Amino acid sequence: MTQLAAYSTSTGEAVQFWVLGTVAVIGALCTVFMKRAVHSALCLAGTMIILAVFYLANGAYFLGIVQIVVYTGAIMMLFLFVVMLVGVTAADSLKETIKGQRWLALLCGLGFGILLIAGIGNASLTQFDGLAQANAGGNVEGLAQLLFTKYVFAFELTGALLITASVGAMVLTHRERTERAKTQRELAEQRVREGKHLPPLPAPGVYARHNAVDIAGLLPDGTPSELTVNRTLRERGQIRDVSAEALKDLKALEQRSEARLERTRSGEASK
Amino acid sequence: MNPVNYLYLAALLFTIGASGVLIRRNAIVVFMCVELMLNACNLALVAFSRMHGNLDGQIIAFFTMVVAAAEVVVGLAIIVSLFRSRHSASVDDASLMKL
Repeated sequence: MTQLAAYSTSTGEAVQFWVLGTVAVIGALCTVFMKRAVHSALCLAGTMIILAVFYLANGAYFLGIVQIVVYTGAIMMLFLFVVMLVGVTAADSLKETIKGQRWLALLCGLGFGILLIAGIGNASLTQFDGLAQANAGGNVEGLAQLLFTKYVFAFELTGALLITASVGAMVLTHRERTERAKTQRELAEQRVREGKHLPPLPAPGVYARHNAVDIAGLLPDGTPSELTVNRTLRERGQIRDVSAEALKDLKALEQRSEARLERTRSGEASK
Repeated sequence: MNPVNYLYLAALLFTIGASGVLIRRNAIVVFMCVELMLNACNLALVAFSRMHGNLDGQIIAFFTMVVAAAEVVVGLAIIVSLFRSRHSASVDDASLMKL
């Protein structure tokens, strides 16, 4: 039984592999092909959680937990923060700068994948020992023993790396204010000098029933005014336009009144 | 099931990540694809560790995670500062080192 288990995995693990492996590949494909960066990030987080399950199934208990805590917990949340900071205008441009680059890239990817998978298929991977012996004293204990003896120098270097990275991040994102902040009076004077919008910006919303902030107010001639909507919503393209709806309502009202007039007219005729 | 299947899955994920790096323009998504490639490598390392019956592969996967964390911190800081100066997160716009 142990001899058999040494060369192949249990049926339960096979079922888990095929089900979760499919989901992981779909998640990876969604990461690449989703239009919005937030959706990509969420798909990637799902793939990483599935990889954590695979680590646990492979006997890497410590790495499985670290994968969830560090990758999906910290790194992906950092990604989501940056998507929130940057993503307002970060729509992917669909214009190709190099002609046919997408198809060439797909072709390269396909060729690379075939090479890689054929390479694995040709390798003689007959050895399969399992981690039962290595994990006998506990997975974390075994890792710690290796980490603090054989790999202790690399481990110390990672400390230096982490310090450098955190200092680097602070230096890169820190911005020194080079000029004095403008006072309210100076801002008001500048506004008068420019002479574009002396009064406050107009409020969004149309009539009493459309007073949501994402609906542009209508000008006297029925066209929506972009000025009334918040700049962030404008850049995201999340403005709802009700001008067409208002015109349609008006037309419907006219038709209804006509129909009513006709009815009264026909009523008079019958009298 | 043959445990080599884990290696095939890792190769597939690595390929998808590499194609994503080539196809996408949004710097954040490109970066996520790089993370996907790193994760695929980790999966292969963990599978190798199980095949050979020692924990060295897991140690190297652990170091990969640490390096990936440091890389993400610096990379995202670069993306944020690029976005501040150029108001765009497209990799095409950042073809020059200076403004």
